[in-house]
Amino acid sequence: MANMLNKPELLREDGKRLDGRDLDELRPLSIKANVLKNAAGSAYTEWGNNKVLAAVYGPKEVVPRHFLDPERAVIKCRYAMAPFSSLSDHGRSGPNRRAIEISKVTKEVFDNVVLLEEFPETAIEISIEILQSDGGTRAAGITTAAVALANAGIPMRDLVYSVSAGKIKDKIILDLDMLEDNYSDADMPVAVSPRTGSVLLLQMDGEMTRQELNLGLDTILEAGKQISKIQRQALIDVYE
Amino acid sequence: MFTNKGYHMNAINLAKANYIKELLNRDMREDSRALTDFRDISINTSILKNAEGSAQVDLGGTRVLCGVKLQPEETMKDTPDQGNLIVSAELLPLASKDYESGPPSPDSIELARVVDRGIRAGQCIDLKDLFIEEGKAWTVFVDLYILNFDGNFFDASYMAAMAALSSTWIPKYENGAAVMEERVRKLKVDNIVTATTFAKIGQKIILDPDVNEEAVASTRLTIAVDKEFIRAMQKGLSGSFTQKEIQDMVDIAFEKHAMLKDYVSPQSNQ
Repeated sequence: MANMLNKPELLREDGKRLDGRDLDELRPLSIKANVLKNAAGSAYTEWGNNKVLAAVYGPKEVVPRHFLDPERAVIKCRYAMAPFSSLSDHGRSGPNRRAIEISKVTKEVFDNVVLLEEFPETAIEISIEILQSDGGTRAAGITTAAVALANAGIPMRDLVYSVSAGKIKDKIILDLDMLEDNYSDADMPVAVSPRTGSVLLLQMDGEMTRQELNLGLDTILEAGKQISKIQRQALIDVYE
Repeated sequence: MFTNKGYHMNAINLAKANYIKELLNRDMREDSRALTDFRDISINTSILKNAEGSAQVDLGGTRVLCGVKLQPEETMKDTPDQGNLIVSAELLPLASKDYESGPPSPDSIELARVVDRGIRAGQCIDLKDLFIEEGKAWTVFVDLYILNFDGNFFDASYMAAMAALSSTWIPKYENGAAVMEERVRKLKVDNIVTATTFAKIGQKIILDPDVNEEAVASTRLTIAVDKEFIRAMQKGLSGSFTQKEIQDMVDIAFEKHAMLKDYVSPQSNQ
């Protein structure tokens, strides 16, 4: 959105996107569960050029103690981009303001699906580290963390997934890469509980009409079937 | 049991929560509003002399003060022909018993970023209009001060920011320096974006939740729109929405925009 100078044409003459994808096509997605030894659960995702690692610790002692909830577990969530993760600048290490916001909305997604009341007075820690970024990292982080939580044996109501929809001129597109994220007319990351189709994360900026929003959500729900399948397969693969 | 911000409801709060839910079952609210009514809104602009722009918004019991400061700064490498917009928000300790001093909380960062997103996506400020000379452009600092918190600081902050920007004057710039005492022209505001926030309590969805309603809500959705487009959205809290619910809220947000933009900028045609 930011810099409209030299805005590149995002659709080719044949109607496909610059990387050859159809409008509603996901980037190649692969997920591997159980990739770290120490963590209770973990997962590694390559999604297009994104490389994302997620780990789960707990249920464990709550530190600091005043965060303790006598009736349920508390989820702590860290999303952070590695300083070497983007092509442009060397980033600062540790979470910046953007990362703090993403950590917050990611925590809220998992507050919904984790059976927190099973583990009162404990903490469940989710760490999401973006090792290489190419747009859609918060969605990749949530999709990866869901697998890591399942791998940790944390009981959940559902295996959530996340992906973004966007808009180029009057066309709705799925799973924006960095270039599309920067120059498209709208970006809308969404997380979904696939069993019910309910929306757990919804952010958007740019410009969208009511109809475009609806079409974007439809596109995401359709693509979710593929994402869910890949998530489940990652978990099955651990035990085969 | 409900919890809010990490501590636990006492019996009085629990009774209050039950009362709010009981009322909502009959489509009623504590302050006798309809489910999709805003609380009373009042806006005063240009109330601070030293700030280039300012506005104070009362949305029911929620009071937000917005100050706008302009400062000449080096242009950024990738945008040499334009200025910059920086939105910050402070949940001041004087605004609520729940706010404490310290580094910015995730809540305040989220608020600032959601307001920033709407202003930017709506292209409300023409950043090119902030260009001064080769290598120099104005940076517009929008600071949101929550002075009293009674729920829904999102919509109040959007109004405060838009009203303050609409009342902002650009200082004189002479011989490589700003002359802050002298203001030469108004900041151009090209578009007005307003926000409407909803909360879900049980299966009911209400507009403009107050602090008691927020404490009981499972989910929140802020929808920022202009006349034509949705410009920004942000869901909050751990609950969920259906696609149909989202559609209905978007419709209401567009309906409310006409009224809200008149408060923010009575003369605007946006």
